[in-house]
Amino acid sequence: MIDKSSASLTEALSQIKDGATIMIGGFGTAGQPAELIDGLIELGVKDLIIVNNNAGNGDYGLAKLLKTGAVRKIICSFPRQSDSYVFDEIYRAGKIELELVPQGNLACRIQAAGMGLGPIYTPTGFGTLLAEGKPTLNYEGKDFVLENPIKADFALIKAHKGDRWGNLVYRKSARNFGPIMAMAADVTIAQVSEVVELGALDPEHIITPGIFVQHVVAVKPA
Amino acid sequence: MSYSKLSRDQIAERVAQDIPDGAYVNLGIGLPTKISSYLPSDKDVFLHSENGLLAFGPPPAEEDRDPELINAGKEFVTLLEGGSFFHHGDSFAMMRGGHLDIAVLGAFQVAENGDLANWHTGAPDAIPAVGGAMDLAVGAKKVFITTDHVTKTGEPKIVAELSYPATGLKCVDRIYTDLCVIDVTSDGMKVIEKVAGLSFEELQAMTGARLIDATNSTIQA
Repeated sequence: MIDKSSASLTEALSQIKDGATIMIGGFGTAGQPAELIDGLIELGVKDLIIVNNNAGNGDYGLAKLLKTGAVRKIICSFPRQSDSYVFDEIYRAGKIELELVPQGNLACRIQAAGMGLGPIYTPTGFGTLLAEGKPTLNYEGKDFVLENPIKADFALIKAHKGDRWGNLVYRKSARNFGPIMAMAADVTIAQVSEVVELGALDPEHIITPGIFVQHVVAVKPA
Repeated sequence: MSYSKLSRDQIAERVAQDIPDGAYVNLGIGLPTKISSYLPSDKDVFLHSENGLLAFGPPPAEEDRDPELINAGKEFVTLLEGGSFFHHGDSFAMMRGGHLDIAVLGAFQVAENGDLANWHTGAPDAIPAVGGAMDLAVGAKKVFITTDHVTKTGEPKIVAELSYPATGLKCVDRIYTDLCVIDVTSDGMKVIEKVAGLSFEELQAMTGARLIDATNSTIQA
């Protein structure tokens, strides 16, 4: 019998080693898997590459992880925010590498990896600083930039409910990068507010089918 | 003659007049967000947000705020009846795939050929952030810009060529400033409306790009 919800949060995270590339879901704090990030901090792994839309807010979740110095590089679209002081400080001190990616390219590069595609041509960023040095193509009169897929060793995401097969449903705008990150990582660990019985999730409503998820960890809703 | 500049709310009100019933629209952070207050209630305008919302509504009462129901500006919003949630891949398919009718964005500069700069000043000590700006610039069917006509120090923001880093090339369709409305066309920049009391020559003097006088009315906002 398969039960992807049997491992504790600590057990699930213990597979993560130094140097791992980790996708972390969330847009700002919505959908950020704060409990998984806290567990990652406790694990004490370092030299990480993190993929997220932002670069942390306040002293919460991802910002707390950055503050520990465990992150070597961040791939994101919008690091600078009113409350991104942790990132701002380590970036200005030269302690973290930043790969800035337009948000839609971040999404489609993650999707390319999840779908098993190679590099993809996107119109976004053509002719800008963020496309410098990248191959281009004119197709049917429109200009495109070649971008590489972004694949990860792990994805840490937040969903609303999950079952023991790993099926997930999300809540409101906390969904954001969760479903596509789950597809692009070797191991996806989803924190959920509730693990429900198999069959309790309406198959018509399942957003992430369990094939993309390896661990489901219940955490108390904040 | 003397003239008055439009306020930010008047610019927002003017843009709202050009958003048709049934339009799928992304309003950028800042002034563009104000446009939603001026959309007539008898129109169905579907507001899109990068983080996976279609048909979101006004801010909720304080006690109804939900940290998992926010827009791209990370402000609390509501979802209208008939609204939907989706993931980031679908959200950017809506813009890049040409399904989004209008994006309204702010600008540092717009060039005569429609090039847009609105993401980075290029200052060496600035921490760059791009978000969805580049995707909206190339993805929406129409890109409208709202901006002051000149900077706080009086420099033109509508220029012959960009001096700031580009967000997108030849992507701007229409510009709404505090002085005029400009259509960016293959023939050049056509001023179609300006505030009362402002001469075309005065407007041209405050503009770095060459303007074409196609004024047919004063701005009614």
